Amino acid sequence: MNPAGTPQFNIHAGNELTCNVKPILHEIRHALQKLLDSDETSIIDLRSIPLAPGEEETIIETLGRGEVQARLDVLGPSDIYETQYTGVWLVTHYNDSDSIVSRFIEVTEIPDVLKSQREDVVHALDALVTELGTDKT
Amino acid sequence: MTKDLSLKNGAPEEETLEIGTPEKGTLGEALRSQGVSRRSFMKFCATTASMMALPPSMIPSIARALEKARRPSVIWLSFQECTGCTESLTRAHTSTIESLIFDSISLDYHHTLQAAAGHGAEAAREAAMEENYGNYLLVVDGSIPLANAGYSTIAGISNLDMLNEAAKGAAAIIAVGTCATYGGIPHANPNPTGAVSVNEIIKDKPIINVPGCPPIPVVITGVLAHYLTFGSIPELDHIGRPKAFYGQSIHDRCYRRPFYDKGQFAETFDDEGAKKGWCLFKLGCKGPTTYNACATTKWNNGTSFPIESGHPCIGCSEPDFWDGGGFYKALSMPTADLSQTAVYAAAGAAAAGVAIGLMNRSKKNTSNKIHVTTTIEDLKK
Repeated sequence: MNPAGTPQFNIHAGNELTCNVKPILHEIRHALQKLLDSDETSIIDLRSIPLAPGEEETIIETLGRGEVQARLDVLGPSDIYETQYTGVWLVTHYNDSDSIVSRFIEVTEIPDVLKSQREDVVHALDALVTELGTDKT
Repeated sequence: MTKDLSLKNGAPEEETLEIGTPEKGTLGEALRSQGVSRRSFMKFCATTASMMALPPSMIPSIARALEKARRPSVIWLSFQECTGCTESLTRAHTSTIESLIFDSISLDYHHTLQAAAGHGAEAAREAAMEENYGNYLLVVDGSIPLANAGYSTIAGISNLDMLNEAAKGAAAIIAVGTCATYGGIPHANPNPTGAVSVNEIIKDKPIINVPGCPPIPVVITGVLAHYLTFGSIPELDHIGRPKAFYGQSIHDRCYRRPFYDKGQFAETFDDEGAKKGWCLFKLGCKGPTTYNACATTKWNNGTSFPIESGHPCIGCSEPDFWDGGGFYKALSMPTADLSQTAVYAAAGAAAAGVAIGLMNRSKKNTSNKIHVTTTIEDLKK
């Protein structure tokens, strides 16, 4: 409600003025097609694009949420979820002060950081062997 | 350098990464010994790639390089400076990722941060320089006074002598902040201390200029991360700045650019145009002539940058920005002092004075008409 005579402050530039939202959504569209055609993963670094205030939120809101969500505890928290568009994931990395340090849109079957890493599995096996007190051979 | 590596099914196209115990003395070993998992390391590499303004496809290459990277010795010398660069780097966040960058280097001397002081601290610096001669990274912030050595000394040693001595054994030099890169505020007219930049003294070492007053913290750590990852200096522009961060002007990446293109400008800081977020060119924005990463990387972990907060860019990463004619004078306005222009004879000067007065009054009247007084009610919102 804007009482007559009081100034309105509009600090959110609409996407029709700065035109970054639709191009990024089209880039995601192309990436999904590439994933289907050649199993190729694409990653968009949202910090590398000059987004106006509110544009990143608009992109995220448009992508919505899907069936999978994960919270990682790796050098500070990280949130990963699949959007309503299967194959399109939002990966947000935070530091230990809960500030965003990087944010990516990944178009892939599953982001690499969600998978168990082979090196960690090797160490896990060693640790379990030690726990069990048995020779792994 | 930025060879595009496509990932198929999430795995790099090259050979499989070797699995096993990281080599001793490497960053990989240091991280593993601190309990950092491979998954955590991947997050570290992804964020480092973003920090270095490299494409995400480079993440596997960065991971391989960082795993094998040796911890370089870093000597940080602070000369005629306000400590803003060190504050920007160390105080802005307590970021786990950025602290890892610092854990990845061996910061052997930093007289602002270190607990040690006095002769012992200087002896430790000399020992670190001797032990790592030819291989240490020298970081410098602050300008160097040449008019009189007494203007700035550390432990009785002039900045000039300390810089010359430290540069001899350095593998590369990173000049941090506009003071070290171009002289900064000490260099501003009339430059009473004879302040000069690092590259005006050192001519025989590779120098990376990281200007800004201060530089964006992630730009500083990004340059360090690049050196750590690739063991070389990044691609530089014609005045020694990494192109990854300084390759594009603020103007070309500014989200308010469409308003500039449409001719929609804020005329005062509180008019309707300002409230609608229009271009700040007429209010003195130096974005068109300033090269930095502010418009994309932003400040405070991507929160905002001066233009987004409503203040025109002051061009702090450019040489001589303090003498650039005024922060609130549009780039299109002449910077010459009219009183010194030969065109104005005595009578002419009077006439010119009247004309300027009329022009200024007209401008003031226009400003008054479009000025919207902020009330207490507005502030309460």
